[in-house]
Amino acid sequence: MMTARIGRAVLPATAVLSLAVLAWLALGATPPDAVQGDAQRLMYLHVPVAWLAYLAYGVTALASLLYLVPRTRNRRWDLLAGASAEVGVVFTALTIVDGSLWARPVWGVWWTWDARLVTTAVLLFLYLGYLALRRVPGPADRRARRSAVVALIAFADVPVVHLSVIWWRTLHQQPTVLNPELDPQIHGIMAFTLLWGVLAFTLLYAVLLRHRYRLARAEAEQEERVLQLALMTPPATRPAAAAPEPVR
Amino acid sequence: MAAPTRPFPAPPPLGEGPGLHLPARRRRPARRVSLLRSAALVAGKDLRIEARSRVTTSQVLPFAGIVLLLAAFAIDPSRAALAGVAPGMFWTAVLLAAVLAAGRSAALEVAGGTGDGLRLSWLDPGGVFLGKVAAIFAQLLVLEAALLAGLIAVYDFHVAHPLLLLASAVAATAGISAVGVLYGAVAAALRTRETLLPLLALPVLTPEALGGTQAWTAAQQADLGDGLRWLQLLTLFGCVLLSAGVAAYGALLEEE
Repeated sequence: MMTARIGRAVLPATAVLSLAVLAWLALGATPPDAVQGDAQRLMYLHVPVAWLAYLAYGVTALASLLYLVPRTRNRRWDLLAGASAEVGVVFTALTIVDGSLWARPVWGVWWTWDARLVTTAVLLFLYLGYLALRRVPGPADRRARRSAVVALIAFADVPVVHLSVIWWRTLHQQPTVLNPELDPQIHGIMAFTLLWGVLAFTLLYAVLLRHRYRLARAEAEQEERVLQLALMTPPATRPAAAAPEPVR
Repeated sequence: MAAPTRPFPAPPPLGEGPGLHLPARRRRPARRVSLLRSAALVAGKDLRIEARSRVTTSQVLPFAGIVLLLAAFAIDPSRAALAGVAPGMFWTAVLLAAVLAAGRSAALEVAGGTGDGLRLSWLDPGGVFLGKVAAIFAQLLVLEAALLAGLIAVYDFHVAHPLLLLASAVAATAGISAVGVLYGAVAAALRTRETLLPLLALPVLTPEALGGTQAWTAAQQADLGDGLRWLQLLTLFGCVLLSAGVAAYGALLEEE
């Protein structure tokens, strides 16, 4: 009961509040960057969102693994994996978009073939494929099993993709003037704001994940209910709700 | 007064309904055909089907050829410019052709109940995976040999290190075949498999596309150190994909 209240009311309120504080910290309290000016303030959005995307995919991989292991196999792990991947895809897309907006004034281009950018783009496509696979209708346990296999392969693929892209960009081309490194000498209020951003977006992730997971469970229970009703009702009196799924 | 009737019966808790019960793992039979024997049998079956139907040679190979030709239209067709991008175009064509070949290989198990036969047989699931990989691998190597001839003739491609070229082609093709068979099995029984398979397989194959291209560029420019590094990456990734496939294929084979 207590946990339900925390999830329903306290968590979203804390997330909204900490995001508001983050907005004040990032836009008001911190000084503009000596080199990049105000454009650098995008860092307080960009870096936490990117980290949270990785966390989301980590949760997906862990939940998929727990689903595949026979001892811990439970439909809930599958629903959690799907919910987390969806939030992860939103965060990855946001990372690419706000990174582009940041790159334009600072580097002069929307996109550059930097290793991290390319890896993030591949990551987005990997999990778009995963979500597309999850959308294909079919029996729940089969879908769960094949989704779990794909999620684990996608997760294992990411380090290799990153390594190969790093080699690709460093073996044949010296680092360009468009140095993607942030100034590592970050401290004081700026470091605190960045940490606060990670905290605020972690809370947002938790809120989104919780809602998406509950929705997925409700959908699963509804499917189940319709199926049971169809099994219990004689064909003549069967309601329209038990009609077969539309062919995609 | 009677209690109001509910339009639907209350659902059982999640995980306890009839559709949510997952079957207990069946005990594997003691008499099982060994991994290598299973692989040889399945590879033989797939290659015999190819020998009779000629789908790869008569459909997939011409497709890869037209991809190479179209790529040349997109770039300045002066021969100097083409030679520089030849490795990249080659591996792009191979990847697109491999997706078609993988779809074809998976479709073999859907039609005519072949997949059910394989599931009911005593073959080792890992062996079935390796057999299907071996069959696609052999077909892709033939395709690559033919494409390479085209590359040399049309793209003015020179090979300074034939061994590096061959070794990296073998390593990259092994990884491509493993992903093709694994994701072909994932998508096989789905209604949208033709569109889903490329979306699933191509992002995973990014390292193969990059590694193959870079190793072949090194083989073209006689840059042995660079090429060996990419060859290592391709070999490592190929081994990872093959082991992942052997481990996961059983779960995918059981399901449909």
